[in-house]
Amino acid sequence: MNLNATVLGQSIAFLLFAYFCMKVVWPPIVAALEERKKKIADGLEAASRAQLDLAAAQEKAGEDREIAKQEAAEIVEQAKRRANQIVDEAKEQARTEGQRIISAAEAEVEQQTNKAKEALRAQVASIAIAGAEKILQRSIDEAANEELLKSLASDL
Amino acid sequence: MAESSGDLLYESGTEYVSHHLGFLTFGKLDGHWGFAHSAEEAAAMGFWALNVDTMLISFVLALGFMGFYYFISKKMTSGVPGLAQNIVEMIVEFVIDSVDGAFHAKNKFIAPLALTVFSWVFLMNAMDLVPVDWIPLSAQLIAGDSHLYFKAVPTTDINITLGFATTVFLMVIYYSLKVKGPMGFANDFLMHPFPKWYLAPLNLLLELPGFFAKPVSLALRLYGNMFAGEVIFLVIALLGWYQLPLHFAWAVFHILVITLQAYLFMMLTIVYLNQAHSVDH
Repeated sequence: MNLNATVLGQSIAFLLFAYFCMKVVWPPIVAALEERKKKIADGLEAASRAQLDLAAAQEKAGEDREIAKQEAAEIVEQAKRRANQIVDEAKEQARTEGQRIISAAEAEVEQQTNKAKEALRAQVASIAIAGAEKILQRSIDEAANEELLKSLASDL
Repeated sequence: MAESSGDLLYESGTEYVSHHLGFLTFGKLDGHWGFAHSAEEAAAMGFWALNVDTMLISFVLALGFMGFYYFISKKMTSGVPGLAQNIVEMIVEFVIDSVDGAFHAKNKFIAPLALTVFSWVFLMNAMDLVPVDWIPLSAQLIAGDSHLYFKAVPTTDINITLGFATTVFLMVIYYSLKVKGPMGFANDFLMHPFPKWYLAPLNLLLELPGFFAKPVSLALRLYGNMFAGEVIFLVIALLGWYQLPLHFAWAVFHILVITLQAYLFMMLTIVYLNQAHSVDH
């Protein structure tokens, strides 16, 4: 083992290769490693964020469903109330209509009765005249007795 | 293969092993430049010589893994990674984790440096797992010289490990001066471990050897481990057919060693540089 200029050659080569390594080889490798590290970190962060979003969305959906349920129940309740109201209104209407028909019929009956009474009176008058004619056996001046007959008829 | 080459080319096991431990050294000998034909000639070339074999393999490996990283970094995606990108990411993240654990200051150079050290040392150590004769024999065939020395595992060359360690040591000094300033740096030696001015000489005596031991131990630890492993591979290669199970067992064990040594080298580099950056001792 004798020392010679190989020491110098190796030293110089070592420095040159190390310098080349630092300037040319090292930066892109480390840059790629850093970039991948960042990508992975971002991906993990995005995943955890998505998980939180999902949980929030699920909670929101649950709330929405609860609200929708309440609203539906309210609507059904309202509809029921409205139906009852309509039925009540119809009943009321029917009753008043019936009342109206009854009173109209009663008025008609009264009118008819009055008419019949009138006709009867007239007939009774003529019958009374005829009777009187027969009883008296003589003709009587109708005009002279008109007043008398009328008062008779109204007494009936 | 080892046995046949041992029979044909080498007179003894000692020669086989020592030949495999020789370097292909290029330098100036007796006034003209050329390759050394023996360890003595290589030693005689002095400091201004180059171990062409270990340097070449070290360069090829560095170009290989750096080219691979470069290729992957160009088509890096932050989406789903492919197999190759996955491998690179695994290594890079391992290095980032190690640096985060041991380095507490801010310096953009440390992590790429650690990646370079780890990948490079690991690959150079891994050359140990290539059967010991393949690369030297190939080199001998290409060169047409059956006595060519060719060392395949760069980290069994003290020059290579010392090259790393020296660079790390110089960086420690550079960053210490930059971060702590000359006074702060001097303070580390004069006021530790005893913060009394009159004990400064004693502190210096305690701290200075430890400081200079850092690069030496860094270089020698790697070199020693890999050299020992290499020698055992060579000895196993001398055993004829018995080498097959033994070679397998030692190679499997060695996978642990090469990974551990590469990891240790990277961690110590980070730790030393962290000490250079930490103002509080």
